[in-house]
Amino acid sequence: MLAAERLLARGIHAEICLGEASELMEIWAGVDDVVVIDAVVTGAETGAVHVWDAGSPLAHATVSGSTHGFGPGEAVELSRALGTLPLRLRIYGIEGKRFELGSEPSPAVRKAIEEVVGRIASLRG
Amino acid sequence: MNGRGGRTIKVDTLARVEGEGALYIKMAGDRVADVKLKVYEPPRMFEAFLRGRHFSEAPDITARICGICPIAYQMSAVHAIERALDVKIDPAVRLLRRLFYCGEWIESHALHVYMLHAPDFLGYADVIEMAQDHRAIVEKALRLKKIGNHLVQVLGGREIHPISAAVGGFHKTPAQAQLHDLVSDLEWALEASLETVRWAATLQFPKFEQEYEFVALRHPEEYPLNEGRLVSNHGLDIDASEYEDRFLEVHVKHSNALQSILRGKGSYLVGPLARFNLNFDRLPEVARKVATEAGLKPPVKNPFKSIVVRAVELVFACAEALRIIAVYEPPSAPRVPVANRAATGQAITEAPRGILYHRYSIDENGLIRTAKIVPPTSQNQKRIEDDLREYAAQLAAWPLEEATWKCEQAVRCYDPCISCATHFLKVVIERE
Repeated sequence: MLAAERLLARGIHAEICLGEASELMEIWAGVDDVVVIDAVVTGAETGAVHVWDAGSPLAHATVSGSTHGFGPGEAVELSRALGTLPLRLRIYGIEGKRFELGSEPSPAVRKAIEEVVGRIASLRG
Repeated sequence: MNGRGGRTIKVDTLARVEGEGALYIKMAGDRVADVKLKVYEPPRMFEAFLRGRHFSEAPDITARICGICPIAYQMSAVHAIERALDVKIDPAVRLLRRLFYCGEWIESHALHVYMLHAPDFLGYADVIEMAQDHRAIVEKALRLKKIGNHLVQVLGGREIHPISAAVGGFHKTPAQAQLHDLVSDLEWALEASLETVRWAATLQFPKFEQEYEFVALRHPEEYPLNEGRLVSNHGLDIDASEYEDRFLEVHVKHSNALQSILRGKGSYLVGPLARFNLNFDRLPEVARKVATEAGLKPPVKNPFKSIVVRAVELVFACAEALRIIAVYEPPSAPRVPVANRAATGQAITEAPRGILYHRYSIDENGLIRTAKIVPPTSQNQKRIEDDLREYAAQLAAWPLEEATWKCEQAVRCYDPCISCATHFLKVVIERE
């Protein structure tokens, strides 16, 4: 959400989505080039930035998780199976640590958000 | 670990269920020696979070218990608090709450029928694999879910963890035009739901029936959502205020989620089968008719046929949503004022997965002193174990890998929401 707000402030189109698979698939339907930004937990250092290219099947993106787990990974693979995956789709995952209700992003996460926004802005030229 | 004459069925992480759970079954020859539905999702302490908070915060806090059934938590919370404080809501608000719940039932049932349960019946590991061969089915499911989500968003402000539900009503109520905009989608959804029943009825079901005590709400006139007495097919007929007199939560070593039993009796079953069997006559004619066409006649005692019953409830939810929209007139105010006073109240509403009980004790400043929340999946846990004890015995001669897969599928019949159960598949079958 913070990243989307920063992108919008730079005049770059962004949509805020709660990450549910069907909503994501609807938002990116018919769009050729998509960037998804999401908080992730991989065990890496807080604020680490991961990038996944959906050109190849995403590891661990199956729907073996919970119904809450019908998120970006499942949306990508379901789109691929249905033939509706954008021509280019990248996922930027920002490593988070605190997810309690009402908690603020840490300085490391805020820094990572700025880094990701900067990268996307430079891609747009 | 297998020895001569016995075996262990083990699923370390149950797939296609909400939350984290595991299954352990120990076989001694043809006999099931032990069954444990292990919920290892960490306890989520929501009853503790609510203490000291003002009652007006309960809908927003409890909604976070679950991402797929937040409205159920909000409805049980507001009804319990309103009963405690003797609040009378506007009839239009009552209708809107039913409509709100219809949205949740549509998106939850569509998700489970097509994306979680159907792969089992069609022989796929998951819906992604299934989509490659059954594109039209998956696209229908996604559109149904989207329609349910949209209805929730119009009434609740957003699709996940809606923000509009309030004690006394809603923070904001929709104009008639906003609801009328949903009609064409809901009409499509109703037709799609009817097709879903007819399709689900063609699936192959294991021959497995149990004698259940079905427990659900029953209302004098309606298929139950927010209101009714709590009844069973074995004579239970109580108000929500008597729930804790008749039901008991117990802690078992192998689960972070408490299990519920009927005092003096044991396990029971809540959810679509219970509602359908206890309220068939309350379904609208379109739902009763298609259920009968599909060969469903109460009592339905085969848990695998829950997929067909959920599809019938999809028909109900779409039909009910259209009925409400046709008669809806906005209330004079979105909510009534609610004053602080010391009181205790209980309520039960029908989450997609079954009855959800809330109790709140509030002090003179409106602060919650204690809260108790009993989700449907907690209530079904012991019944799931009891069913698996019988079902696994039928699979004694099957190869271990196939038996394990079958047992994991059996758990999915109940659409367990393990995150809810721990406010709550790894299947291990040991043979010896």
